[in-house]
Amino acid sequence: MGQTITQKILARNAGRERISPGENIWVDVDILMTHDVCGPPTFDIFEREFGENARVWDKDKLVIMPDHYIFTEDPHAMRNIELLRAFAAEHDLPHYFDVGTSRYKGVCHVALAEEGFNRPGNVLFGTDSHTCTSGAFGLFSTGVGNTDAALIMGTGKIWVKVPETMRFVFEGELPPYLMAKDLILSVIGDIGFEGGTYRTLEFDGQAVFDLSMEERMTLTNMAIEAGGKNGIIAPDEKTFEYVRARTDHAFDPLYSDTDAVYHSERVYDVSTMEPVVAKPHRPDNRATVSEVAGVKLDKAYIGSCTGGKYEDFLAAARILEGEEVRVDTYVVPASTEVSRQLRESTLNGKTLWQVFIDAGCKMGHASCGACLGGPIDTFGRSVGEEIVISTTNRNFPGRMGSKLASVYLASPLTVAASAIHGVITDPREVLV
Amino acid sequence: MKEIIEGKAYVVGDSIDTDQIIPAAHLVYSMTVPEERQMYGRYALSGLPESDQGLPEGGTPFTSEDSFVSEFKVVIAGGNFGCGSSREHAPFSMMVAGAEAVIAESYARIFYRNAVDGGFIVPFESRIRLVDEIRTGDELRLETGTGVLTNKTSGKEYLLNPLGDVADILAAGNVFEYARRAGLMD
Repeated sequence: MGQTITQKILARNAGRERISPGENIWVDVDILMTHDVCGPPTFDIFEREFGENARVWDKDKLVIMPDHYIFTEDPHAMRNIELLRAFAAEHDLPHYFDVGTSRYKGVCHVALAEEGFNRPGNVLFGTDSHTCTSGAFGLFSTGVGNTDAALIMGTGKIWVKVPETMRFVFEGELPPYLMAKDLILSVIGDIGFEGGTYRTLEFDGQAVFDLSMEERMTLTNMAIEAGGKNGIIAPDEKTFEYVRARTDHAFDPLYSDTDAVYHSERVYDVSTMEPVVAKPHRPDNRATVSEVAGVKLDKAYIGSCTGGKYEDFLAAARILEGEEVRVDTYVVPASTEVSRQLRESTLNGKTLWQVFIDAGCKMGHASCGACLGGPIDTFGRSVGEEIVISTTNRNFPGRMGSKLASVYLASPLTVAASAIHGVITDPREVLV
Repeated sequence: MKEIIEGKAYVVGDSIDTDQIIPAAHLVYSMTVPEERQMYGRYALSGLPESDQGLPEGGTPFTSEDSFVSEFKVVIAGGNFGCGSSREHAPFSMMVAGAEAVIAESYARIFYRNAVDGGFIVPFESRIRLVDEIRTGDELRLETGTGVLTNKTSGKEYLLNPLGDVADILAAGNVFEYARRAGLMD
C-alpha cells in the first residue's frame, strides 16, 4: 500500500521508509519560522531549557519575520521588536528581517514564499497557525506553540503524530468570478471547522494545478480553519519555477503514491460552484453570496496572508477601477514586495495603488494589520458593532478587534464588489 | 500533573477560539516578567461575549475585574475548544489564572498540543456533553489517573476518556523532560 506526500515527507525526515497515520514520530526540521508575537517568549523558553549560552541548532534554518504588531505605538509591542533584534544580533542570525530597514518583509507566510524558504519536500514549522500556507509548495508545514518552537530551536527535532489525509479534488475550469477563497470556504463549509482536525487536507485535480502559486497558497492557508494539521499540494513545474527564481537551495520533491490510502475523498466541479462567504462568527458558516446579498456593511478590508497577495489586489482592482467605495475600505498589502508590485503594476495605464486611492480606499503598510485585531491603534481594526466584509481568514467574535463586530469572509472579488455598493454584492453583478 | 484536581467549574460553549481565550491585543505582555505575566491571568477568557461568560446564566467573567486570579479551577467546554491561532498564550493564560484542567468534548489540535507540551493545563476529553450537565460554580473533583470526574454539587459522576499518548508527556511535566527521557537533550 502506498503513502501520501505528507507521510513520505515526514518519513524521510524521521529516517524511515514508511510511517502510518496515528504513529508518534520525531522528525528533523528543515525550517523554523517565528515572528514578533511568539519569538520573544520562545527565546525565553529556549534559554530556560538550554541555558543562557545555548546556541541555535542551525542558524541557516531559523527565519525570523516580524509582521504582527509593527505599525503601532504600543510600547510592549515595540519592545518585542527590540527583543527579536537583540536575539538576532546575539546569535548572528542571517535570516532576520528587521523592521524599519529595507529587509523588512511583512506577513511571514507570504514572505517565506517570496524569499525562497518554501522548498518542496521539506518539513517547516512556525509559531503561527497559518504556517500551513507553505504547503502550497509541496512541503509539510504546520503551526506550533512557543514551547515546541524552543525545543526545535535547541535540537532541530520535534514529535509529530502522523496525520491521516483527506483528499479534495477540484476538476473543471474556474469561472472568472470565482477565486481560490471560494473553493476553500466551500470545503470548510462542507466538512465543518473541525472536520479536518488532526488530518492533512491534500488538494488535487486539474483546477488546482491551473491556479497560480499565490492562489494555491489561499487554499492551503485555510486548512487550519477546518482544524487541519497541514494543507498540501503536490509540486509541479509552476512550483519549481517559482522556487528556483528565489533560492539556489537544493530540494528533493516527493509525491503521493498512486495507491496511497486516504481518509476520504471529495470531488468538486469548479465550473458549477458559486461565490461564497463565511457568515459571522465561524469560518464554516458558509452561505452563497446570493443568499446574503444586500446585507448592509460598515467596512471592507482587503489584506492578510490569505487575501493580501498581489493577485488578490489585482482582482479587487479590476472591480474598483473607475468606481468609488461606499464604505470605509482598507487595503493592506501582505508584504513589502506586494506593496512594491502595487506601485509598479498598472491597470489601464494606472498603477494599482492609484486605482485604490482613486476609488477612495485607505492604504496601509505591509503587515498582519487588523486581520487579528491587534493593539488598539491598529490600522483598520474593527470597532463597536460594525459589520465588516473581509478577505482575511477568521471571523470568530473579536478576531478583528471588537467582540461586538460581525465579520463576513469572502474573496477579494466579492469584497470589492460589496465595497462599491455598501452592501454584500455578488461579483457577477459588476464583472464585465 | 496532580493526582486530584478540585475546585469550581467554569462552563463555556462550543468553538471557543484562542481570541476568546486571550484576545490578541494582550499578547504583547512578557510571559516571564511577573508583573506582566499576571496580566494573562487577568485577561484569561476575557474575549467571551458577555452572554457566554459562565454558562448557563452567562455574565460571570472568568477572572473578576479587580483580580489576576480566577476562582474557577476546571473549565468545562463543548467541541473544538481552542481553535484558531497557535498562540501558546491561550493555555498559558488559563494556567496563570489558576485553572488546572479543561474538560472539552473535543479540541483544536494546536491548543491541545500546547497545553500538553508546555505542561500548562491538563486537557481531558469528555465522553458526553458536560456543558448541559454542569453549571458554572459547581464544585468538581477530578482524579487524573482514572479520569473519574465527580460533580459534588449534583452528586453525579462521569468517566472521561483516557489521556492516551500524551499521558507520558504530562507525567514528565513538559516536552523538554519528555525529550530528555527520549535521549534527545542533555
